[in-house]
Amino acid sequence: MITLGHYLGASAVLFAVGFAGVMLRRNIIIIFMSLELMLNAASLSLVAFSRSRVASGLPNYNAQVFVFFIITVAAAEVAVGLAIIVALFRARRTTHVEDISAMKF
Amino acid sequence: MHLLLFWLFTLIMVGFGIAVIANRNPVASALCLVVSFVGLAALYISLDAFFIGTIQILVYAGAVMVLFLFIIMLLDLRAEERRPVNWFVFAGGGALALTLLFQISYVIGRTRGAHAAFPPLTVPTDDVRNIGALLFSQFNLPFQVIGVLIFVATIGVIILSKRELR
Repeated sequence: MITLGHYLGASAVLFAVGFAGVMLRRNIIIIFMSLELMLNAASLSLVAFSRSRVASGLPNYNAQVFVFFIITVAAAEVAVGLAIIVALFRARRTTHVEDISAMKF
Repeated sequence: MHLLLFWLFTLIMVGFGIAVIANRNPVASALCLVVSFVGLAALYISLDAFFIGTIQILVYAGAVMVLFLFIIMLLDLRAEERRPVNWFVFAGGGALALTLLFQISYVIGRTRGAHAAFPPLTVPTDDVRNIGALLFSQFNLPFQVIGVLIFVATIGVIILSKRELR
């Protein structure tokens, strides 16, 4: 039998993988991908909660609208983040976080 | 059968997620991320969220990953050279991630209703229509704010990529 806990557990494992990526990797693009993984893990748990709160035979669509907004904002965030990474690479010729230790250009 | 599919797609999602952070080559990481997102979209569809699953494939596996691949190829990143790993930091980060995982699993174990099966859906799910109706009635203001946000993000990206950082 498949329960809400199964999906929440899958979401927790995915979030932990993303968190480990942010902690352990030092390439800024891989760190950015790990952030995407964490964002998607949160979306998965929202959709699972939406399916578990059934009202009058339908899932709770408020959570799915929320996930829709998350995906939209994440798309904008990826565009801005990658533009910042490109600008950083042009100025410093590196994507290694240990080489980028000053806030000032 | 449903349980089997759940484990299959969870394995795809988590396995390729681990491959994303284990790969040295950024292009391989990006391609693993695509497969991980496809597994996630399959999980969404198994939760009867067909619209969200489709959007996940279109936006993430399509648009966002093309952006990632473009940037990786634009920056011409090779597989990163091996630098000496600081094992103290490595162990600390890994322990932190494991602690987080245990903490979340503990909270899930104590959540009320986490061990109950999903209640059956009695009405056929017409979720594109329902989400659309919610977007244009109850959530109309946030929807338009999102439009402004994307507009500002577009202008910001153009300005960021035009200006020479010195």
